[in-house]
Amino acid sequence: MGAAMGIDSAGVRVGIDVVSVSEVEAAVARFGPRYERLLFTDGERDDAPPAPRSRAESLAARFAAKEAAFKVLRPAPGGAPRWRDVEVRRHPQGWCEILLRGGAASLARQAGLGRWSVSLTHHGDVAAAVVAAVEGPAAWTS
Amino acid sequence: MDELIRSVLGDHARLHVEATAVGDDQDLYSVGLTSHASVTVMLALEDAFGVEFPDSLLNRQTFSSVSRIRAALAELGVGAGPGDSPGLATGSGGR
Repeated sequence: MGAAMGIDSAGVRVGIDVVSVSEVEAAVARFGPRYERLLFTDGERDDAPPAPRSRAESLAARFAAKEAAFKVLRPAPGGAPRWRDVEVRRHPQGWCEILLRGGAASLARQAGLGRWSVSLTHHGDVAAAVVAAVEGPAAWTS
Repeated sequence: MDELIRSVLGDHARLHVEATAVGDDQDLYSVGLTSHASVTVMLALEDAFGVEFPDSLLNRQTFSSVSRIRAALAELGVGAGPGDSPGLATGSGGR
């Protein structure tokens, strides 16, 4: 066996998270726009379909992406960025991209993580996201 | 205040144990609290106590135990004296 190589030394970080779609649906029904505005950008809310279940699927996957991005950013205790500092934006050709602002952008800059990628999925009541970032020039701001 | 905190936890935290049985300093994340559930707990606490959590308190640590939630609410003026009774409690949220 060769010498072990740490993730950071390879310049790559990966984060993953899962969220219950029905919990998001219940939160939207209970707290409405106050819940949505706390967590999601205008663009994310505009992109989400109006039908409650479809909207919850879209928002749940995006919340998972934000949490996965936080795992990549590794904030200090109490220093997590705001959820709206991480935005999932759908590319016209179908795939999704990550945009960072504010505290999330600062942490990414400090870590030298300039190239980001995200993948979302749903199955039944579960929405999941994987976020990966590698060192390089910043290409994640709006 | 504790009774209302535990009522909110029982309605929104989706813990693996009864909220009334959780120790004051027990880590709520170790008994099932998720990041998403902590958001709904925070919003329900705002409704129950008539307060608004500032960005500075919107972090994992604030909602990690009953004692930390109590401390955060105290920081927002809850429990500071007469007239602090909630009165704005909205009961259980729609699940």
